[in-house]
Amino acid sequence: MKFDVVIVGAGLAGMRAAIAIAEKRRDVSVAMISKTYPIRCHSVCAEGGTAAVLDERDSFDLHAWDTVKGSDFLADQDAVEFFVRECPKEILTLDAWGCPWSRTPDGRIAQRPFGGHSFNRTVFAMDRTGFHEVHTLYERTLMFPNIERFNEYFLTNLIVEDNAVKGVTAIELKTGELVLFEAKAVILATGGAGRIYGFTTYSHTVTGDGMAVAYRCGVPLKDMEFFQFHPTGLVPSGILMTEACRGEGGYLLNRNGERFMKRYAPERMELAPRDVVARAMWKEIVEGRGFEGDYGPYIALDLTHLGEEKIEERLPLIRETAMKFAGIDPVEEPIPVRPVAHYTMGGIHTNVNCETPIKGLFACGEVACISVHGANRLGSNSTAECLVFGRVAGEKALEYVLKRDFKGVSRKEFEREESRIFDELLGRSGDESPYAIKRELNETMDKNLWIFREERGMKEAVKKIRELKERYKNVEVVDKHRGFNTDLIQTLEIGYMLDLAEVVAICALLRQESRGAHYRLDYPKRDDENWLKHSLAYKTADGVKVDYLPVTITKWKPTERRY
Amino acid sequence: MRFKIRRFDGERSYWQEFDVPVKRGMTVLECLYYIKENLDSTLSFRASCRMGVCGSCAVRINGKPMLACETQAFKLKEPVKIEPLKNFNVIRDLVTDFEGFFKKHEIVKPYLIRKSEGEIRQTPEQLKRYYIYTLCVKCGACVSACPVAKNSLGPMPIVSAYRFNEDSRDEGKEERLKILSDHIWHCHFVAECSEVCPKNLNPAEVIQRLRLEVLKFNVRW
Repeated sequence: MKFDVVIVGAGLAGMRAAIAIAEKRRDVSVAMISKTYPIRCHSVCAEGGTAAVLDERDSFDLHAWDTVKGSDFLADQDAVEFFVRECPKEILTLDAWGCPWSRTPDGRIAQRPFGGHSFNRTVFAMDRTGFHEVHTLYERTLMFPNIERFNEYFLTNLIVEDNAVKGVTAIELKTGELVLFEAKAVILATGGAGRIYGFTTYSHTVTGDGMAVAYRCGVPLKDMEFFQFHPTGLVPSGILMTEACRGEGGYLLNRNGERFMKRYAPERMELAPRDVVARAMWKEIVEGRGFEGDYGPYIALDLTHLGEEKIEERLPLIRETAMKFAGIDPVEEPIPVRPVAHYTMGGIHTNVNCETPIKGLFACGEVACISVHGANRLGSNSTAECLVFGRVAGEKALEYVLKRDFKGVSRKEFEREESRIFDELLGRSGDESPYAIKRELNETMDKNLWIFREERGMKEAVKKIRELKERYKNVEVVDKHRGFNTDLIQTLEIGYMLDLAEVVAICALLRQESRGAHYRLDYPKRDDENWLKHSLAYKTADGVKVDYLPVTITKWKPTERRY
Repeated sequence: MRFKIRRFDGERSYWQEFDVPVKRGMTVLECLYYIKENLDSTLSFRASCRMGVCGSCAVRINGKPMLACETQAFKLKEPVKIEPLKNFNVIRDLVTDFEGFFKKHEIVKPYLIRKSEGEIRQTPEQLKRYYIYTLCVKCGACVSACPVAKNSLGPMPIVSAYRFNEDSRDEGKEERLKILSDHIWHCHFVAECSEVCPKNLNPAEVIQRLRLEVLKFNVRW
C-alpha cells in the first residue's frame, strides 16, 4: 500500500496531524496506523486540562516563563515561545469541532489553576479533558475521506534509505500478517514509554514503540533521563488522580495531618510543579511521615472540605474512579496516593518543526522531544503540546510530500523484516518468559530510577537491564498462531522497552547533577556550568553512545527555582 | 478463584478453566493478565487504560457485558464465566471484530456540523443538555445486550447522534434526523442497553426521544 503520509499512532497528536493535512489538501492520502482503535489511545487518560492563554490579564510571556522555569531551564526557549502562542488557537478550534469544554456562567470557556502556572490558564472538560479531546478529534477525522484508518496495526520497523524514510512495516493484528506501507513521509505519534515502570499511570499499551523503532534506525533520543513522577497516583493501581484535585483546592496531608508542602514550597504549596511536589511527598514517606497501608506507605489527598457539589461538578471521574478502584468516596475520606511514573519528557530528537534527523520522518506529541518541557513538564502542557505540534507535524509533512516522489521499497527489504519477526522471533524456541523479563525490568526501574537516584543504584540498573537484554535473546513466544497474537505483540513491546530503559538508565547515570525530575542524592544541586545541555543518545554497534547539545536560551537566563 | 474462559483459536471453540489467586481489590482484567503472564500466554483479550475510559476490555462476565477493568473479581459468583461480547464475530478468544461497529457509528454523522464562524458561547445549562451523552466509551456492551443489534445500527450510534443534536453549537440536526428516519424503528424497547451501560447512559430512553423527533420532523416535511 502507498500513502503520501503515514501517521503511526492515533492519539491526540497523531489525529491532530491527520486533520491538519486533510483540511488543507483532499488529494493527499493519509494512512493513520494505530495499535488500538483511536479512541482506545492513552490520551483518553489525560484528565486535568490543556493550558492556553485566553484571558487578557494573562500573557504569552507569562505562560512561556512558567514553562521555562518549570522545565528547570532545560526547555528550548524558542520552541516554548512558539508553543504558547499556538495553544489558544487549538482551544478555539476544538470548540468549533465540538469539544465539550467546561464553561463559565456566561458561556465562555472556563479555566482552572494548575501546578507551576502563575495564572488560571488550564482549559478543561470536567476531569476528562483528554477523553473529550480524543473523541472530538476522532469524530473530526471521520469527515475526511482521504484519511484512511488502519486500526490495530502494530509498528515493527521504519524503512530508511540514504537517510530518508520511505515507509513502515506493521503487523495487522487481526490476520497476523506483516503489512508494508510505502510513504513519502512518516509521522511518529506513538506516545511515551511509561510501562518501563511498574507503578505507573500509563495504559498497558504505552510501550514506547515509535521511540524504540526510531532509535534502532539511528535517530537519537533526547533527554531520556527525565521521567516525570506525578504526585498523585491512586494506591495500589497507580491510576491518575488528576492535579486538578489540588487545582480545585485539595490538600496533601502526611500522617500527622500536616499540609507538609508549606515546608517545601511555601508560596505555591500543593500547586508547585510536579517534580517539587513528588519529591516532597517521597521525602515525607522516606522519613516515615507517610501513612501505612496494606499496599505500602501513602500520602492522603484530601478533598473532603470541597464538598460533594463541587466534587461532582469538577471532579466526577476522580470520585467514580476512587470508588471503583479503591473503595473510597473522596467526599467522605481522603484518597491514598503515592508519586507515580507519569510522563516521558525525553523522546525522539526533533526541532520546532517536528523534523527528525532523518528526512521525511517527523515526530510529535509525547514520543518527541522538541523540547518544550525540558527537565520537568508542567501539568496541562502535554495535551497542549499534542495539539499544537500535531498540527505542526501535519503541516510540515504536507509541505514535504508535495515536493517528493515515492522511492520504492524492494521485496527483499520487506522479506527481511518478515523473517525477523516470524522466523527469528515467533518461530524460535527458548526458555525465557517475556513476562518474567518485564516484571524484573519494572522492579529495577521502580527501585533504581525512581524519584531519588544515586550512582550505585543506577549502575545496578544498567547491569540488570543488560542482563535482561541477554535473556531476551532466549525468549519464547509460546503462542504460535498468527491471528490476534497478543503474546507476540507483547514480546515485541518488551523488546522495545528494554532498549529504552537502557537509554534512560545510562543517560541518568551520566548526568551528574539534579535538574527537574532527575534528582540525585549524590549530586543534589543543579550544575548549569557543566550540565545546561540536552542529552542525545544514539544506538551504535558498541551500545548506547551519548552526546550533548546546547539549550536554546532567548529571554530567560537560568535562576534559582523557588516556589 | 476459579475462572472459566471461552476460548477460540480461529477454528476450535472450547471452555478452559484457570485458578487465580485473587486478592481483595483485584479486577477481572488483572485476573486475565495474571492468567496470560503466569498460566497461559496464548490467551488473547483487549485492554489498554485499565481505568474505565478507553472502552477496550468489554467482555461478558457471568453473562453480563461489562468492562473487565472496573469489575472487582471477589464480588463475583464462582466459577467466573468470561465470554466474548455477543453480536460481534469472534476473532480470537475474547477479542471480537469491531470494524462493523465503528462503521455503523459513522453513518449518523457523529461530528459537530457547523457553518457559522466566530466566537462560540455555550452556557453550563446548554452543556448539561448533552454532556452525559458524550461519556459513551464505545465499548460495545449495549450492542452485546441488544436483541436487534445485528439488523440495526444498535444503540451506540443513536446515542452519538443525539449527543450532537442536543449540542447548542451544532447545525446538523436535520441531516441526522433524515438519516435516523431509516434507522430508528428496529428497537423493541427491551432496554437491556440501558441496563448494561457501564457509564450509566440510557440509550433506550434516547431512542424513544429520537423516534418522536423523527416523527415530528417527517410530518413537517
